[in-house]
Amino acid sequence: MPLDNPKGQSFRLVGSRPDRPDGIDKVTGRAKFGADMSAPGMLVGKLLRSPHAHARIRRIDIKKALALPGVKAIVTRDDFKEIEGDLRDVSRNVMARDKALYDGHAVAAVAAIDTATARKALKLIKVDYEILPHVTDVEEAMKPGAPVLHSDLFTQGVEPTPKKPSNIAKRHEFGHGDVAKGFAQADVVVERKFKNEATHQGYIEPHACLASVGNDGQGELWVCTQGHYAVRNVCASLLGMDVSKLRVTASEIGGGFGGKTTVFIEPVALALSRKAGKPVKIVMSREEVFRASGPTSSATVWVKIGIKKDGRITAGDAVLKYQGGAFPGSPVDMGAMSAFACYDLENVRAVGWDVVVNRPKQAAYRAPGAPISAFGVESVIDELAQKIGMDPIEVRLKNAAHEGTESSYGPTYGVIGLRATIEAAKVHPHYKAPLGPNQGRGIASGFWFNFGGQTCVSLNINIDGTVALAVGTPDIGGSRASMCLMAAEELGIGYDQVRTIVADTSSLGYNDISEGSRVTFSTGMATIQAARDAVKKLCGRAAQMWGISPEAVLWENGHAKPAGANAGDFPPLSLADIAKVAANTGGPIAGHCEVNAEGAGVSFSTHLCDVEIDPETGFTRVIRYTVIQDAGKAIHPSYVEGQYQGGAVQGIGWALNEEYIYGADGKLQNAGFLDYRIPVASDLPMIDTVIVEVPNPGHPYGLRGVGETSIVPPLAAVANAVSAAAKVRMTEIPMSPPKILKAMGEAQRR
Amino acid sequence: MSKVRVSTTINGDPVEYLCAAEETLLDVLRDRLGLTGSKEGCGTGDCGACSVTLDGRLVCSCLVLGAEAEGREVRTVEGIAKGDQLHPLQRKFIEHAALQCGICTPGFLVASKALLERNPNPTEHEIRFWLAGNLCRCTGYDKIVRAVVSAAAEMRESR
Repeated sequence: MPLDNPKGQSFRLVGSRPDRPDGIDKVTGRAKFGADMSAPGMLVGKLLRSPHAHARIRRIDIKKALALPGVKAIVTRDDFKEIEGDLRDVSRNVMARDKALYDGHAVAAVAAIDTATARKALKLIKVDYEILPHVTDVEEAMKPGAPVLHSDLFTQGVEPTPKKPSNIAKRHEFGHGDVAKGFAQADVVVERKFKNEATHQGYIEPHACLASVGNDGQGELWVCTQGHYAVRNVCASLLGMDVSKLRVTASEIGGGFGGKTTVFIEPVALALSRKAGKPVKIVMSREEVFRASGPTSSATVWVKIGIKKDGRITAGDAVLKYQGGAFPGSPVDMGAMSAFACYDLENVRAVGWDVVVNRPKQAAYRAPGAPISAFGVESVIDELAQKIGMDPIEVRLKNAAHEGTESSYGPTYGVIGLRATIEAAKVHPHYKAPLGPNQGRGIASGFWFNFGGQTCVSLNINIDGTVALAVGTPDIGGSRASMCLMAAEELGIGYDQVRTIVADTSSLGYNDISEGSRVTFSTGMATIQAARDAVKKLCGRAAQMWGISPEAVLWENGHAKPAGANAGDFPPLSLADIAKVAANTGGPIAGHCEVNAEGAGVSFSTHLCDVEIDPETGFTRVIRYTVIQDAGKAIHPSYVEGQYQGGAVQGIGWALNEEYIYGADGKLQNAGFLDYRIPVASDLPMIDTVIVEVPNPGHPYGLRGVGETSIVPPLAAVANAVSAAAKVRMTEIPMSPPKILKAMGEAQRR
Repeated sequence: MSKVRVSTTINGDPVEYLCAAEETLLDVLRDRLGLTGSKEGCGTGDCGACSVTLDGRLVCSCLVLGAEAEGREVRTVEGIAKGDQLHPLQRKFIEHAALQCGICTPGFLVASKALLERNPNPTEHEIRFWLAGNLCRCTGYDKIVRAVVSAAAEMRESR
């Protein structure tokens, strides 16, 4: 849908900050999350997980466990059919088949009358493992002679296809021009290698679901997920059910950030319930979340950029190696596509290697892949700016991508807001504020694609003139408020007169997952279209009531009115007036929209970060942080700011604290919030935000998704600030105190 | 396996229950009493989503045994509002958009209320350190801190 009015629009409600409709439920404890649902006769489901990083499963003996009183069902690989095609890896991740591929890989599950019995039963299951050599490091896994995870994995994207299997799943390459020619034109070239550890999305709500499959084969699933339609389709395939026989209801969701876009325990709960003939609830422990859900990649990133003394970049080149856990599919493709996406470059190339290792299968994490490559690219740009003696903001302004730029991943940009965010950073008081001793300032920009996708909504006009809006995208961060705003804006009624619900999978057509910063964009677009569809019908009913042609009726401020003097003289009819008599004018009135939403505008952000280092301990504190991002149009600015702040702080955690630590035994050493330390309130300053609005030509209100871009710049923004304060270039994250001390010590000795 | 009989007070009401000796107060609240407002984010006392007060003291209910509530007074998120009247903290959390997903919100409210009962006029620094035991992954804490500051100001004015 194109922008309604490219010259500028004024809104009655959009852009205001009303209370969210689910607010009271969430401050009183009434909201029902994944683990909050129960059912009569419910059993408790628990999973047995591999204690080995890599092991062949010779035999699983469940006899003793099954004989334990109170145990109602046990499932293993034998209860899941072999799946080929797209879902093969998902199926094998949900329940190990011939091999356990990582510490925490599910090998069996029990349903029992209570938790204590289920735990006891797990201990009675005997698994005969043949322990195999393992590899958890991305570079090690790529070496010849590394333990091979999959004997049928042959590197794609290289010619000729290798004859020997390896852990390298795929090579990707993006770019244009001639980088060698570009580097020859450069006055200064910097190349560096960067490394980042894997992090977890860290949603506070562990995965939880309640499954119930009847003897008639019909199933119900209550689950915290970012996409209940996808869960339905995947579970139905894995269990051999008709899609129509499985109804999935999305609970309130306690954070996802991409980590709840796939299935882990859901097919297992359904399989247990089917076998036991009773409802089964599975709730992951935090340890299970760390060991066996989907963290993001650890990676190494090599970046080389050449620049002229006048600040113009002549070439950019990068090689990215991301591990995606035990199965192919790391986000290295998106890392490579986005690496140089902020810049208008003649010569650019990014090569990505997708690598498997003995770690949990990665899942999406907010702008998957992009923060990792941006860390390298934005760090090198910072260093180049220093080398040519130019302000890093000026270097970015000189090279910023703009309308008409051929992006580093192919498409030519339309109207984009990158330059606006950099210019806003330049004039922000933060950028001019003085710094004290041991303090440093970093700047970095970031890009994310944004996504549209399949969307279906239903907007029903109630008898009293209020509106029931059913959407199919779980509300992760307040999107129901935005939907109410957009529906009310279109219909000309009050915000409180619209109630938005997230409908179950049997009540609405298919909806893609709440991911890719797509919900406010796509579901918003569908809501606007459905409201316009309803308005058309409302005008038709008014025309019928007045006995005039529907074309002679217009909709204004929530009322049907005759379009002009020729249409006749009738007092305006409100939405409620028309709704009240709908039974007499043709029955229920509803607006619908089914769309594969296109035109998601790409998104850019620029961040400013100040840090202070304690030179004795290396402890680093972020003392000031500003996020400047293009929202196209902020529907509910408070929740747009919230996305900016939350993404920035996740990035700060990644930069300074967070990391998956594997021992030499291939086991995760820090599967808990005490040792995997996400930022807490006392670590942080206020996170300042600036909402830039450069309308997206592909949306009626001009909005762009805002959920993900905010995590792209922080790794580099923090690293650039630390590098400035420590007077040494930091190339490995997390920048823990020992690493910072070591780097400072080495720099002093030099 | 014999169970422990417990008489306690929850949100002002007398409550009796039977629980296993090893059962946590959080499990009792959620699974036996239907008070699912307190959340389990970690089960190890690191995230604060299960925060309740025990005789006025802020605790992680996942680290307290159900049996330990005997003769004590437990307060949970369900007891913060008085009937249909929200507590100022609850109103301010909504008004300031201090929650996105809302899973940590019950714990933050219980912890913030305990803070304001001790210190009606906390500084930003004091709020941040008091709430350091409550993890939020969505907001970056900015709007939470602002909501607590704002609620504290309103509560001081109305005293």
